[in-house]
Amino acid sequence: MSSHEHPHPIHTRFFTPGTIILTVLAALGAAAYVYRLLAGLEATTNLNDQYPWGIWIAIDVATGVALAAGGFTTAALADIFHKERYHVIVRPALLTAMLGYTFVVIGLLADLGRYYNVWHPMLPSMWQGDSVLFEVGLCVMIYLTVLYIEFLPIVAERFRGQVNLPGPLRHLNHIIESFLAIADRNLGRFISIFIIAGVVLSCLHQSSLGTLMLIAPTKIHPLWYTSISPLLFLLSAIAVGFPMVMFESLLASKSFKLKPEMKILSSLARYVPILLGVYLAIKLVDLTIRDAWPYLWEGSVQSVMWMIEIGGGILLPIILLLQERVRKSVAGLLTASTLVIVLGVALNRINVFLVAYTPLYPTGTYFPSVFEIAVTVGLISALVLVYRLLVMNLPIIAGEEEVEYRLPREVRRNTAQSLEQV
Amino acid sequence: MAINRRDFFKLAAAGSATLAAGQAGASGSEPFDCSESYGVLVDTVVCIGCRKCELACDQENTKSGRAPSTFDDKSVFDKHRRPDKNAFTVVNRFDDPADPAKSYTMKVQCMHCNDPACASACIVGALHKTPQGPVVYDAWKCIGCRYCMVACPFQIPAYEYDNALDPRVRKCTFCFERITEENKMPACVSICPNEALTFGTRQRLLEMAHYRIRTNPDLYVDHVYGETEAGGTSWLYLAPVDFTHTELPVLEAGAMPSLTETIQHGIFKSFLPPIALYGLLGLIMHATREKRDRVAAEEADNE
Repeated sequence: MSSHEHPHPIHTRFFTPGTIILTVLAALGAAAYVYRLLAGLEATTNLNDQYPWGIWIAIDVATGVALAAGGFTTAALADIFHKERYHVIVRPALLTAMLGYTFVVIGLLADLGRYYNVWHPMLPSMWQGDSVLFEVGLCVMIYLTVLYIEFLPIVAERFRGQVNLPGPLRHLNHIIESFLAIADRNLGRFISIFIIAGVVLSCLHQSSLGTLMLIAPTKIHPLWYTSISPLLFLLSAIAVGFPMVMFESLLASKSFKLKPEMKILSSLARYVPILLGVYLAIKLVDLTIRDAWPYLWEGSVQSVMWMIEIGGGILLPIILLLQERVRKSVAGLLTASTLVIVLGVALNRINVFLVAYTPLYPTGTYFPSVFEIAVTVGLISALVLVYRLLVMNLPIIAGEEEVEYRLPREVRRNTAQSLEQV
Repeated sequence: MAINRRDFFKLAAAGSATLAAGQAGASGSEPFDCSESYGVLVDTVVCIGCRKCELACDQENTKSGRAPSTFDDKSVFDKHRRPDKNAFTVVNRFDDPADPAKSYTMKVQCMHCNDPACASACIVGALHKTPQGPVVYDAWKCIGCRYCMVACPFQIPAYEYDNALDPRVRKCTFCFERITEENKMPACVSICPNEALTFGTRQRLLEMAHYRIRTNPDLYVDHVYGETEAGGTSWLYLAPVDFTHTELPVLEAGAMPSLTETIQHGIFKSFLPPIALYGLLGLIMHATREKRDRVAAEEADNE
């Protein structure tokens, strides 16, 4: 009944000019990361007592979590609302979320002064129910576990009955095999519990990330300081989920020479202007209620950044995606989704955590150091590489190879000639 | 009890104001009564800017190894300084805006808030307000996230960025051990030669501050800073000029963490909202699955 194949490992070369560049960037990032652990924060970052948080929090953590939202929005659409045709994008979105959150944690560890204490929030004796960060931390830890559990059936599907580790590792074969068998047999029955839990946990910590900066009313610019910030964070995370799926799917098709899933992506794109519209409407109403419009005309860095965020990242993609022509074109979808991801959501998180933040006794402004940028760029590069590696080895993508749709050259020429004759 | 219309509107207005602004009292953690906790009154009218408090603090706490004579150097007043990891308190000199010929000096350090934002923010409870007054820090709990530094409305916590292995958050300790176990006054208060610093219970200090204002109205502005700011602080200030001209920030009366705590405790009220969301999604999942199966069965019948 379905026109789609079952997901299968993609056969292609790992190294291309693009992935070689990414490998170099990832290696540089890894070197910067190790140097940070050995030399400390002062030697590697531009953080100081005025600016305690930089891009490792604003991009690696806050933006990373937001952009991994495709995992829970897609799961909700396909597995909870049972929109069956979107099943084909559930696995890629799940993989993005799993890798996204894993790299969020890796990025966070670089920023923590005492990274080896990162497990402390799990100790009941240190639970701190007043702390927004405590809730975010605990939710992220549990959600990451849920994502790994949700991903397990994919691993079991591929490797069950074929576990064959070489050398001294072969003693593990039997254990891994029985683990996969148990997972394969039983997870299906309970997976709904985890899928719903994933959505609830996501709603909780996506919103709570928006509560974080509300503890510093005197330091946050009024354009972003609003008590409904948690709602705005949740709505923008939900709105960026599908554009993220579209963006990745199109890039994967291009890179792996697969037929773009335009039918599914175009119909997925219909939801985006609605979700963005709700977000935008609430944001503007909030601005009006708080009498914050005048701050838009003050000509400050903050007011310009707000306009870029809203104009380029929310309004423009809404206008684009309302047109069927744009929704049906690869370039159109790619442009619109990139705008939402980069300007609508990534810039929003950077704005809330960095641009809107003004210390009380500033002696300068914060700009990330070479090491900070190297780590952030390296983590993103590494994420793309691991994604490629897993997609090449696990049944994630259900794409049909484009070549299959091309008729042999002779047939095409003959067809063209016969058409001309008509 | 009958509620008349006017009372109802008052209640409703109060309720929505609480929701909107998260005023003190709505805060989840019950901030205990700090009137019998220790505090310090800083009288900047009396302060002569001798920097002895900086010296005493360094010898008691930071132990930076600076020679005592370095603290006699008044040229540091040319530049505005802030407390940092090597100095929990610093004295600055400011010109009187009304009369440039006159100036006053002001010591700054952690204010030891009654309902501290740093402690509310802390992910592991490494910072907490003691019933005795001081806000203290347990380095062994700390994960080094520096959210306390983001949260502090006085921008006091400093960080040992240069320490790669076990960096600490650094700030005034209010000489916690000295005042609770050794029965002494904080080092800075003990050394102050002009009694610009007074140690006592917060209640007594407030009475004393208002008495000084009342008896010398031409010397002081009628404002005890810290009485209401940020929900009240253990350290209180008197000044010869309006506090908007001092380096202390203008803050509203509500406790800083009240909004975030209202949101947090609202979302997790007996865990009901998450459980309700879970149940709702479960129902939707069940209903849409049945519909899907029914449609599939009908299609199969038709064929």
